[in-house]
Amino acid sequence: MSEILENRATPDAKTQLDIYRRMIRIERNDDATRTQIRRGRITAPYYSARGQECIPSAISVLLNNDDKICTIYRGIHDMVAKDMPLRPLWAEICGRVDGTCKGKGGPMHLTHPETGVMVTTGIVGSSMPIANGFGWAALLDGTKQVTVAYFGDGASNIGAFHEALNLASVWKLPVIFVCQNNGFAEHTRYENGTSVDQISKRAIGYGMPGYTVDGNDPVDVYAHAHAAIARARAGEGPTLLECKTFRFMGHVFGDADGYMTKEEKAEAMAKDPLPIYRQKLIDDGIATAEELDALTAKIEAEVNDAIEFAMACEYPSDDELRRDVFAEEIPA
Amino acid sequence: MSTDTLDAPVVETVKMNGLQAINAALMEAMEADPKVLVLGEDIADNEGGGVVGVTRGLSTKFGTMRVRSTPISEQAIIGAAIGAAMGGYKPVAEIMLMNFTTVAMDMIVNHAAKLRFMSGGQSQVPMVIRTLTGAGNQTAGQHADFYEAWFCHTAGIKVVIPWTPADFKGLYLSAIQDPDPVIIVESGKTLFVPMDVPVGQGPIPLGKANVVAPGSDITIVSYGQMMFTVMQAYEELTKAGVSVEVVDLRTISPWDKETVLASAGKTGRLLVVHEAGRNFGPGAEIAATVQEALFGKLKAPVGRLGAPYCSVPFAKKLEDAFLVQPPEIIAEAQRLVAMG
Ligand SMILES: Cc1ncc(C[n+]2csc(CCOP(=O)(O)OP(=O)(O)O)c2C)c(N)n1
Repeated sequence: MSEILENRATPDAKTQLDIYRRMIRIERNDDATRTQIRRGRITAPYYSARGQECIPSAISVLLNNDDKICTIYRGIHDMVAKDMPLRPLWAEICGRVDGTCKGKGGPMHLTHPETGVMVTTGIVGSSMPIANGFGWAALLDGTKQVTVAYFGDGASNIGAFHEALNLASVWKLPVIFVCQNNGFAEHTRYENGTSVDQISKRAIGYGMPGYTVDGNDPVDVYAHAHAAIARARAGEGPTLLECKTFRFMGHVFGDADGYMTKEEKAEAMAKDPLPIYRQKLIDDGIATAEELDALTAKIEAEVNDAIEFAMACEYPSDDELRRDVFAEEIPA
Repeated sequence: MSTDTLDAPVVETVKMNGLQAINAALMEAMEADPKVLVLGEDIADNEGGGVVGVTRGLSTKFGTMRVRSTPISEQAIIGAAIGAAMGGYKPVAEIMLMNFTTVAMDMIVNHAAKLRFMSGGQSQVPMVIRTLTGAGNQTAGQHADFYEAWFCHTAGIKVVIPWTPADFKGLYLSAIQDPDPVIIVESGKTLFVPMDVPVGQGPIPLGKANVVAPGSDITIVSYGQMMFTVMQAYEELTKAGVSVEVVDLRTISPWDKETVLASAGKTGRLLVVHEAGRNFGPGAEIAATVQEALFGKLKAPVGRLGAPYCSVPFAKKLEDAFLVQPPEIIAEAQRLVAMG
């Protein structure tokens, strides 16, 4: 920890703005998704990550297109932060043939290798073992590519987490394990399901550095991700980053979130990273309010375009059931 | 040297067992293609080259970056193989025994088998899972199960259970180059009984059955170590004047319907024999398919022999009763032949 605090990398003005751009892109996209579901224009299970924008945004500015991510059902923010184009993303959420996965994966299983989105899984904890395989491939290829495995705090209680961290450490894999700790696993409070007060402490058991980071502070996430990615690229192995945050919208769209108290929700909302970061950028003279508003408007237009594009796309034909089971088509 | 008939081309053969044949296939595949990787518990030479020595010599030849011993972490093993496969490699992952695939079931059925489909064809998972199983060694309930039906029931993964060393060599060569995940079950005795393997045995296509012996009264379909039992019954039935066509399925999913239907259509009778439990076993699928296709043309209902509805027992006497034995096959075949 001390090493990172001493040589703390800080994002320059351009990078800070880029982090903000990604955060707004996530927030606008999330808002639009919930609106479209509410209006009955799309039917899909949706796991909002509202409140968690900062984490993948501050990490993605440090990643290249060919760096990979393996993420989870609550991971559309991770993809949007990785700059996945919104048209195929929306077409996939709407189950259309022009979606990233021809409408066969849906919002819980998006894949978009061009932007490094390799696997999105609906099985808690399973992003980590697969991320290791990409790490192994990168070592064999002799590239400096890194893979980020995103997962939730609940996932850190699954066997796959423990197996994956152990293997990554023994094999010194260029993988960054990023836990987005929003305090809840479905409806279960963190402390009722997890044996340690900080998930980062589990890194000790696997012989890798582990940090607990303020997941609502882009500068803190950036500094730690910078160190973790540098370590991975230098061949020194994996790091566990626990980014503490809060999800504002309940577990799944429509969830009554009665398991959260009004007070804690209000307190979390007061710490909403978006307005705070916006104010910081203005206070630090990195951008004016007008510039940030213009950016938001541009992103809104991009989101709206993606929605209308998706709605106009065709549904996949029934033949798709026989395709992509194997490389060869299954005979009728 | 062996020749089938005087006209057949002379094929030079060598005697080897399944274990040596797999080792030869892995050696050849790794030599020909630098993308082929091997991983699993204790598989590198430092750790002994695998529990039964299938991977012996590989790490010495190709290095421990391509031939990696792993911790005892089945989910991590299959996960790493999936990621490496999607990252452009062709990993061969060993799960020491088929019972331990249960510990990695999520990775196998939810990920390896489905990623191509869920990604709309963008993801390829060209990996092989090697695993060993089979009753007959008094290892009891947790070390000898046949779970092929579990995997056959999952779309997106191929299931191969070879019998002869030649088939091991040929099917391995195909499986490693296959663009999809393949699980190969090394079934007990099949690893240890030496047989003739053609020199330079090349790939044998997945999904193709082998008509081992031609006959006209009844077709017996089987695979894996149960083929040894079937061949004993075949000898006895032949002596008793029953003409048996024996089909070794080799690939259980996708299975060779064409060959089985052609054979059952010709003989008019079919008996499926496998080591897996008879209940909901692969025999049920084969029987249903054949009856749908050949209703009215069969001379007897399709017979099925498999393990009883219990775990693999320890006591030798019980284990013998658990496994289908030649007399049962003979009796069932004769019953079916007598029916019409
Ligand atoms: C193996 C498995 N068990 C249970 C579930 C059902 N489930 C879906 S999300 C979830 C909670 C996961 O919480 P966490 O890992 O903290 O992630 P978050 O949703 O908070 O981002 C559960 C139990 C599942 N999808 N997979």
